[in-house]
Amino acid sequence: MAIYVLKRLLALVPTLFIMSVIVFIIIYLIPGDPARVMLGDGADEATIQQVREQMGLNQPVLPQYINWISGALQGNFGESYFLGKSVMAAIGEHAGPTFSLAVLALLLSLCTAIPLGIAAAKHQGGLADKLLTAFSLLGMAIPGFLLSLFLVLLFAVKLKWLPVSGYASLQDGVWSYLKHLILPAVSLSPLMGAIIARMVRSSMLEVMNQSYVKTARAKGVSEHRVIYKHVLRNALIPIITVTGGAFGTLLAGAAVIETVFNIPGLGQLLVHSVARRDYAVIQGIVLFIAFLYVAVNLIVDLLYVVADPRVRLE
Amino acid sequence: MVKRQQAEAINLYKLARREQLLQQAFTNTRLLWGSLLAILLLVVALFAPWLSTYKPLEVDIVNRLAGPSTQHLFGTDNFGRDVFSRVLHGLRNSVQVGFIASLLASAIGLVVGLYAAMYRWLDQLLMRIMDALFAFPAILLAIAIMAALGASMLNLMMCLAIVFIPSVARIVRSSAVVAKQQAYIEAQRAIGSSDTRMIWQHIMPNTLPALIVQGSFVFAESIIVEAALSFLGAGIPAPTPSLGNQLSEGKMFIFQSWWMTLFPGIALIVAVLAVYLLGDGFRDLLDPHTAKKGHAKALYKRLSGLNQAGKEGTAS
Repeated sequence: MAIYVLKRLLALVPTLFIMSVIVFIIIYLIPGDPARVMLGDGADEATIQQVREQMGLNQPVLPQYINWISGALQGNFGESYFLGKSVMAAIGEHAGPTFSLAVLALLLSLCTAIPLGIAAAKHQGGLADKLLTAFSLLGMAIPGFLLSLFLVLLFAVKLKWLPVSGYASLQDGVWSYLKHLILPAVSLSPLMGAIIARMVRSSMLEVMNQSYVKTARAKGVSEHRVIYKHVLRNALIPIITVTGGAFGTLLAGAAVIETVFNIPGLGQLLVHSVARRDYAVIQGIVLFIAFLYVAVNLIVDLLYVVADPRVRLE
Repeated sequence: MVKRQQAEAINLYKLARREQLLQQAFTNTRLLWGSLLAILLLVVALFAPWLSTYKPLEVDIVNRLAGPSTQHLFGTDNFGRDVFSRVLHGLRNSVQVGFIASLLASAIGLVVGLYAAMYRWLDQLLMRIMDALFAFPAILLAIAIMAALGASMLNLMMCLAIVFIPSVARIVRSSAVVAKQQAYIEAQRAIGSSDTRMIWQHIMPNTLPALIVQGSFVFAESIIVEAALSFLGAGIPAPTPSLGNQLSEGKMFIFQSWWMTLFPGIALIVAVLAVYLLGDGFRDLLDPHTAKKGHAKALYKRLSGLNQAGKEGTAS
């Protein structure tokens, strides 16, 4: 097991290295001098020189990268010129709402997707199966931010049941917290839900063909018990993997939907930083979410091995 | 004599195969619906300037935020511009950006995938880069690139192409690896074909079905990401109409005028749905193997590239 974990970690090193290089060279895509572009036309030479120095742009490329990545590995993504604080501090302040939203959306999609997937697998070609097909097609064709706009039109503008935008932290009371997050979470969940439900369906169907399921049926185990005890349990592993795999998509989706609802999360910080051309923050957020995504995938992969030792041997 | 018989047999087979494909195409409802919607989309994209009733940038302050009427089918926006005409032009821009981006991504992804499958040392290098690019959530990477390049249509196409190259390259590579192991490739090698000839003449055609299918999914996803970027202000810059920036303006006036949100939104859904259905239909037709394996797995493969990458890494 230890060897497997080590191998998996080592396999990630080149990927993580190249990812960091990609994020680093984004600065070099800027046409012209990054410091000048950042500060705009009105800036005087002295300030530009100062920012160049602060960003380390006067150094050759290689030391620049080494400085930047050794900082990033210690959780230091540099300073934001515009916010007057470290990028990590800014990310820390904005991460809470994004995680709340992502987790709530994940719970919501699991709660709808698993029953739907089970029903679709139990009665192939039945009503639930058709519903699932329609659901997943719509889940893919309607981007989350568009669905959120439609939901706002219906529930906030027409029916006035829920607030149009804003965010309340848990300290302000559970109801207020949920009231502000329910529309964003509902708009974020269909894509995830569709993916999970389809995975539930297909991996359950695969397990249903196994001979041990036939054996269970033959010895007279009740259908309910067969489905939940024998089939679902063995079908769970790919479902967990797909859930972890889609986590990055979920975080990125949360970032876009936040701007619709004015939620002060990472997405809003990112969009404001794009408007301000605050490249240190942009790089920091992208690298932070990407690394998080890699970490979640690694954990899921390791869980997979714990659950199913056969994987290690492959 | 034998040769002629062989040629006849091959011709007969080709004819039968073509007939079979045609028959399948007509009984494939997804492909049919997808094609119908796609034709509609194409007509709108090509003829938007002639179909629209006003100029998309024509300002009419007196009639601002007017609801749908016979004069303005979809109403007017905050500058009094005709929403119907802007939706048509927005679709045109979205389709154009998405199509060119997916074409670029497909072409570059094809080359990367084929050569990675052919040479082991290149495989390690190229596919590591592809894995790394693939590990970023598409929208985030696109936002970062657009922030650096600056918002314009040309930059948007390049940016989307970069973001989607890996998903094409991976698919092409995996079907090229399968093709490479076939006996006739071995035979080609034995009679001394050059690598270039083997790659382009014999392996490439085998990857085409998967490429077409993946290319159409990339097209659909490009339209979505473009809309999201323009919505966030990092895509097609206003006042050039795009569905994304219209939705962003719609959000500002969501209390006064629902039509500014609803109509561009529906247009976006129709566009994405058309391309998705087309891609699904293509897959059923050209790539029955993956179609049978189920959509979930294909989708999962696209979404969680890293998992696969890590496993391939440890296996080799």
